[in-house]
Amino acid sequence: MIALLLRDLRLAFRAGGGFGLSLAFFLIVVVLVPFGVGPEMALLSRIAPGILWVGALLACLLSLDRIFALDFEDGSLDLLATSPLPTEGIVTVKAIAHWITTGLPLVMIAPVLGVLLGLPQQGYYWIILSLALGTPALSVIGTFGAALTVGIKRGGLLLSLLVLPLYVPTLIYGAELARRGTLGMDTTTPMLMLAGITCAVTALLPFASAAVLRINLR
Amino acid sequence: MLPDLGKYAFAVLSSYGATAVLLIGLIVFVVIRNAKARKTLEIIENEVKNGRS
Amino acid sequence: MSVWQYANPVKFLHLSGKIVPTLAVISTVCLVAGLFWGFFLTPDDYKQGSTVKIIYIHVPSALVAINAWFMMLVASLIWLIRRHHVSALASKAAAHVGVVMTMIALVTGAFWGQPMWGTWWAWDPRLTSFLILFLFYLGYIALWAALDNPDTAADLTSVLCIVGTVFAVLSRYAVNFWNQGLHQGATLSLDKEENISDVFYFPLLLAIAGFVLLFIVLTLVGTRAEIRQRRAAALLARTKG
Repeated sequence: MIALLLRDLRLAFRAGGGFGLSLAFFLIVVVLVPFGVGPEMALLSRIAPGILWVGALLACLLSLDRIFALDFEDGSLDLLATSPLPTEGIVTVKAIAHWITTGLPLVMIAPVLGVLLGLPQQGYYWIILSLALGTPALSVIGTFGAALTVGIKRGGLLLSLLVLPLYVPTLIYGAELARRGTLGMDTTTPMLMLAGITCAVTALLPFASAAVLRINLR
Repeated sequence: MLPDLGKYAFAVLSSYGATAVLLIGLIVFVVIRNAKARKTLEIIENEVKNGRS
Repeated sequence: MSVWQYANPVKFLHLSGKIVPTLAVISTVCLVAGLFWGFFLTPDDYKQGSTVKIIYIHVPSALVAINAWFMMLVASLIWLIRRHHVSALASKAAAHVGVVMTMIALVTGAFWGQPMWGTWWAWDPRLTSFLILFLFYLGYIALWAALDNPDTAADLTSVLCIVGTVFAVLSRYAVNFWNQGLHQGATLSLDKEENISDVFYFPLLLAIAGFVLLFIVLTLVGTRAEIRQRRAAALLARTKG
């Protein structure tokens, strides 16, 4: 499993494109929002946590179809499926690799983009915390969506349609945690719920993803 | 004929109208789909019979 | 004799062909009677004026929209566990009806909200959850449409339906937490005090019966269409091969 993880990470870094692309997309979303809503810093700093969350979510979505598509095309996914590794393990490793290459950079770049949106001082801590807690769930749910659509040509749009409703609870609690933290309100409930979603999803959803992947590969 | 709907006539009538449109659309869609499927199946079944006999 | 014998497509076609016309007639009678009664013969609400007449569409369609999804969940589970094709196809047929019911509930809700709340749309928990349910329906139907192999499609959509149910319920609670509501409480509950008054209650029950029967009829007809399509495709493949 570790070998597979290392292989996926090496491929992601070597290919370059996928790695930087979602970061660039995140940057562009955050830059475009002020053009859309106007340059008032007061308004921007109020909606900054929400924008950062939605931007991170969309950037995450963008890279989902790469999770299985490349391996599916060159046949290495079939090889992996026939290897002694359980499919659940493969799916989990794919999700972890996706998180390291997409979620983690997003978490790290979010505070920098927060400057652009005039995120209040105390907000930085909360945006990092909420994204760090929430992005693993995004990766795991996304892996399920990618496994569903792996055999479909041009499945990218369908993938978004399937995955976006599944992202709703994570987004609500994540953005709420960041917003409440920034405003200095009580954060216990959203934090616990967000952590709970991430843990539950990481524990349970790989079984569904693996089942779906096996169906697609048979 | 119509009961007096007062100032909310627009809301009530358009709700009923929109529902009628959507429901009739759905019924037509389902029935046509079924009729088409039935026809295709009949054609193919006939072909199969004639081809084998 | 067991209920599973109707999982046989031929038997299902036979039985459903016999009961569909009857059900369709009963459904039409209930719908027409309930809506006619509600529209022409009930008084206006002292607070909501004549907009209360929308309830005879809004509540039944919302009820059917939610229960259609649960029916799909049960049908998906039956398909995954017992591999009865009729079950998977019924789930697909129900989705088409469910998505339209969700649309009706949303549209009538908007027409109702405009005069009552002064807005077509509010990010109220109930409204938002319904919008999310609508998105789930769209995704489910799109996944069916995107896959060529019917068995793969049935498997994948079944898993999506189960996972989607969990997330839909989760969203319901998340949305509740996220915003407090404008929406009325439950229209029908076991607690009598909360219920609407009898004047509105009986035509509403008739309308609900009509909508539920309409859902059953349309789902049965849709399932028949799907079975025929499957059979036609199978015959075609056999003659070609």
